[in-house]
Amino acid sequence: MIVVKNLHKKFNSEIEVLRGVDQHIRPGEKVVIVGPSGSGKSTFLRCLNLLEQPTQGEIWFDGQLINAKNVDIDKVRARMGMVFQHFNLFSHKTVIQNITLAPIKLKLQSPEEAKENALQLLRRVGLEDKADAYPSQISGGQKQRIAIVRSLAMNPKVMLFDEPTSALDPEMVGEVLDVMKELADSGMTMVVVTHEMGFAREIATRVLFMDDGKILEEAPPKEFFSNPENPRLKEFLSKIL
Amino acid sequence: MSFIIRFINNFIDNFSDKFYQNIIAENRWQLIIKGLLITLEVTFFAVLLGIVIGFVVAIIRSTYETTVKPNLLFKIINFISKVYLTVIRGTPVIIQLLIVYFVIFASVDINKVVAAVIAFGINSGAYVAEIVRSGIMSVDKGQFEAGRSLGLNYFQTMITIVLPQALKNILPALGNEFIVLLKETSVSGYIALMDLTKAADTIRSRTYEAFFPLLTAAFIYLILVMILSAGVTRLERWLRKSDRR
Ligand SMILES: Nc1ncnc2c1ncn2[C@@H]1O[C@H](COP(=O)(O)OP(=O)(O)OP(=O)(O)O)[C@@H](O)[C@H]1O
Ligand SMILES: [Mg+2]
Repeated sequence: MIVVKNLHKKFNSEIEVLRGVDQHIRPGEKVVIVGPSGSGKSTFLRCLNLLEQPTQGEIWFDGQLINAKNVDIDKVRARMGMVFQHFNLFSHKTVIQNITLAPIKLKLQSPEEAKENALQLLRRVGLEDKADAYPSQISGGQKQRIAIVRSLAMNPKVMLFDEPTSALDPEMVGEVLDVMKELADSGMTMVVVTHEMGFAREIATRVLFMDDGKILEEAPPKEFFSNPENPRLKEFLSKIL
Repeated sequence: MSFIIRFINNFIDNFSDKFYQNIIAENRWQLIIKGLLITLEVTFFAVLLGIVIGFVVAIIRSTYETTVKPNLLFKIINFISKVYLTVIRGTPVIIQLLIVYFVIFASVDINKVVAAVIAFGINSGAYVAEIVRSGIMSVDKGQFEAGRSLGLNYFQTMITIVLPQALKNILPALGNEFIVLLKETSVSGYIALMDLTKAADTIRSRTYEAFFPLLTAAFIYLILVMILSAGVTRLERWLRKSDRR
């Protein structure tokens, strides 16, 4: 579904944040990316939907080279959901408006359809009663569940998560992970950057260890956690487990 | 005691006399009212023009800043915007007004109100542009990225997500800009436009009496500014309330 070839990314400075990443993410896979802070996990994820422009390499999505010229990137992004660490709900819109804005604006759904669809999604995450609330009136955990729903309203083929629970109070992490687990069970293709190792163990089909702009190790969670090979990964795991 | 009473009597006699001479006689109050209307007209339309120019320039400038590889046309447009901001904010508004009227429209018989609206609108646009730009920058980058990641294009994201939030942040600053503009139009007399200030000054030159006409004009400006300021204050209070919602 997503194929990444020799991905490099340099920001203004001369330091390369991504130094050659190759990945093949298949339909239905749940790929979890872990790694130390500053290793390039967010940058990698943001390259997948071109929020960052790669300096070198190829990104294929659904058989299309998306970092080529004259690709309608907005059409591509409409099929890729993204969930941010800080939720990024539109603060001047109500919950339901947050969810229906893009489908209506992009004429994918009629306003009635979009609303119906949004209410159904809200029911799915147990937040139907917050439909008319503003983001400032709800908790962090609720915000993130709504941010997930907002992405789902576009019927994406893949969902990208960048540390979706890192900004949450501990007691709210569970409710967000539950939604993500349910989503995983429904067969969604997911790429998740997280520090929640429990989630990785339980849900991931594959765990990637990223350090210094490269994927140093990848394996199914069992192997990944019980039999790490790369010394840097061993060190990383010993620190966080 | 009687001295004081005489003084006050005298003053009141004098006062009503002067008032009559400067305001009532020869329907001079009509001159003031007409001037006031012209001041309001120029301010109102200059504000509109300033908003349009300001938003356009602000969007050009902030789009340019976020474009990784701008093309030549865009570079030129951005350069023109930058020159516009520098020149307008670097020169006195009176000079700009004179240039618009006596240089740019020298050969056409342009209505003075229109000339003033153009001059003050172009002037205000430069200040509005910087206010709007700061407003755009005050909106969290995550809002923009969330919009783009949902598949909205740059302008859809700008218009439906960033600008409404930016506008909310800058409404008080915009309100203050319009108060400044209202007072600045008082130099319209330089192109012989009979605005409120010029009307008062004209009366002064007829009656050889400066106190009454000038204080009347000052008083009217003050009332207008106080009304506008009260509006801005109420706006701020309302915005703060809606933030807490
Ligand atoms: N827009 C940017 N401009 C310049 N440098 C950047 C930018 N974004 C990220 N970087 C740099 O790239 C490196 C990798 O950042 P990235 O956010 O991808 O790391 P990360 O693995 O997600 O870390 P964390 O776990 O802290 O989120 C960091 O050194 C960071 O300073
Ligand atoms: Mg990160």
